[in-house]
Amino acid sequence: MAQTEASVERGTKVPANSRKMRKRLDGLTYHLMLLPGMIALFIFSIIPMFGAVMAFQRFIPAKGIFGSPWVGWSNFTYMFQLPDSKQIFINTIVIAVGKIVLGLIVPIVFALLLHEVRLKLFKSTVQTIVYLPHFMSWVVLGTMLTMIFSYDGMVNNLLEFLGLERIMFLASNTWFRPLLIFTDTWKEFGYGTIIYLAALTSINPSLYESAALDGANRWKQMLHITLPGIFPTIVLLGTLSLGNVLNAGFDQVFNLYNPLVYETGDIIDTFVYRMGLINMQYSFATAIGLMKSVISFVLIIISYRLAAKYAGYRIF
Amino acid sequence: MVKSQTIGARLANALILFTLAVIAFLSLAPMLNTIMISISSSTAVNAGQVYFFPVDLNFSSYVKILNDTKFWQAFTVSVERVVLGGAINMLLTVLMAYPLSRNVSQFRSRNVYMWIIIFTMLFSGGIVPWYMVISELNLINTIWALVLPGAVPVFNVILLMNFFRGIPKELEEAAFIDGAGPLRILRHIFLPVSLPSLATITLFVIVGHWNNFFDGIVLINDSDKIPLQTYLQQLSLTRDQMQNMTVEQLQQYNKVSNTTLNSAKILVSMIPIMLIYPFLQRYLIHGIVLGSVKE
Repeated sequence: MAQTEASVERGTKVPANSRKMRKRLDGLTYHLMLLPGMIALFIFSIIPMFGAVMAFQRFIPAKGIFGSPWVGWSNFTYMFQLPDSKQIFINTIVIAVGKIVLGLIVPIVFALLLHEVRLKLFKSTVQTIVYLPHFMSWVVLGTMLTMIFSYDGMVNNLLEFLGLERIMFLASNTWFRPLLIFTDTWKEFGYGTIIYLAALTSINPSLYESAALDGANRWKQMLHITLPGIFPTIVLLGTLSLGNVLNAGFDQVFNLYNPLVYETGDIIDTFVYRMGLINMQYSFATAIGLMKSVISFVLIIISYRLAAKYAGYRIF
Repeated sequence: MVKSQTIGARLANALILFTLAVIAFLSLAPMLNTIMISISSSTAVNAGQVYFFPVDLNFSSYVKILNDTKFWQAFTVSVERVVLGGAINMLLTVLMAYPLSRNVSQFRSRNVYMWIIIFTMLFSGGIVPWYMVISELNLINTIWALVLPGAVPVFNVILLMNFFRGIPKELEEAAFIDGAGPLRILRHIFLPVSLPSLATITLFVIVGHWNNFFDGIVLINDSDKIPLQTYLQQLSLTRDQMQNMTVEQLQQYNKVSNTTLNSAKILVSMIPIMLIYPFLQRYLIHGIVLGSVKE
């Protein structure tokens, strides 16, 4: 009896010990698996964050971060005094908000239209085509759009044909912002549709059947079944887009703008690039970039909070 | 289906189909126009005669590209960065997503790592310090400058982590009791069931590397080492000057410009994306669903 008891006791004790050992060993493996990635993040993301202190210096490359003189907030006060920087914040917000609003509405409308189509082949063909621009780079699209919207390009030929005047779209401060917002929506709306189409597939088809029996026509079905079905997705994407209010799209603007439209088309990111890497005003550029980063960070945190509250969304 | 459709319903159907067809056409229009320009004569292009049909059909632009060393040099750099950068991205994504998918009870430091990673995704030190770090490491003008700074695609790590977390615990339990360590569980249990997710992320990573032009502008000064998108970007650098010209100057410029050749170049640059597009499209929905995990 005593012997068996002892062995039973050992039988439970030994694995308990090894389990602890094993947990420690597994933990070590986890740390090692994360190590290479964390080193890369440390070098290329975290060190530059500390480097951002040069926003509070008059940075001189020869002296480095540790030798350059500290100037307090003067780069920031200079920024607020410079009329250019006010314009750049305005441009950024107007362009970004325009893109957010159109980028939210167009995919919804398109998804609703697509949802009404019963012809499978037609539907999938249309989908295949409208997703395509999302995968083209802004370099490629910039070249194409410059040809199409140039003074003697296709769009202007059409305008002339309709008896209207030719417009220098890419050199006009009236037209440049609408052009950016329109072409960005054109590029991304198809891709934006996917998430709504996924949400639409989860609507119970019997809802439509019973609605039809009750005499609801297609318009009413859309209004009372389809739209409520995708409403949570709309709320989620709407709140998450708050984080993009200062992201006007560097790649697009960079590939379409020119000095003639700086007044309406120059955004924070392009300005920081030119100041920092072309004009070598390192500290000033970093100050503006830092300001953008901080505001964006706060906006993203708020948007995550809202998304968690109203749409039950959690990123991790 | 309801057979007796009213005229109004039919009209609505037709209108919807027509609208969708027009939108689909507009989505393709710039590309179609570029294709037609690339196979038309420069004279016809400069006279503004080319829309959606070729004028004076010829393929001389493509013949010129075949002999363009600069173009193929840049093309090779892009292929290199996709292969090298894509491999590094995928390796690090898998290695990081697995430990992060563990519970705090299984891996105590999990949340600390998670906060650091999320923070690097949401906050950045800006382009100037970023450039200086890369420059201090002597990576400028090397392929590593295009590959290492973006070695961890944080967003993809989170996508894969979320997918791993959705895998039923029962699957790994047997292996765990048999004494399999994390690496074996990852390789024999998690990776095989995650193939669609891995395919999705691989495609995202390939497209990202192929389409990136900006790091090539900033980090590569040697024109023999720039990737293809940067090469294409610099072809149209003259656009800046172009916009300052008068209408007469512009027309003059257009007469000597290489619109046909440049169109052909950007189309050739799109071939790799078009080749993987059917796969891309198949996994698109999967990727979106991955991205919107709710708890």
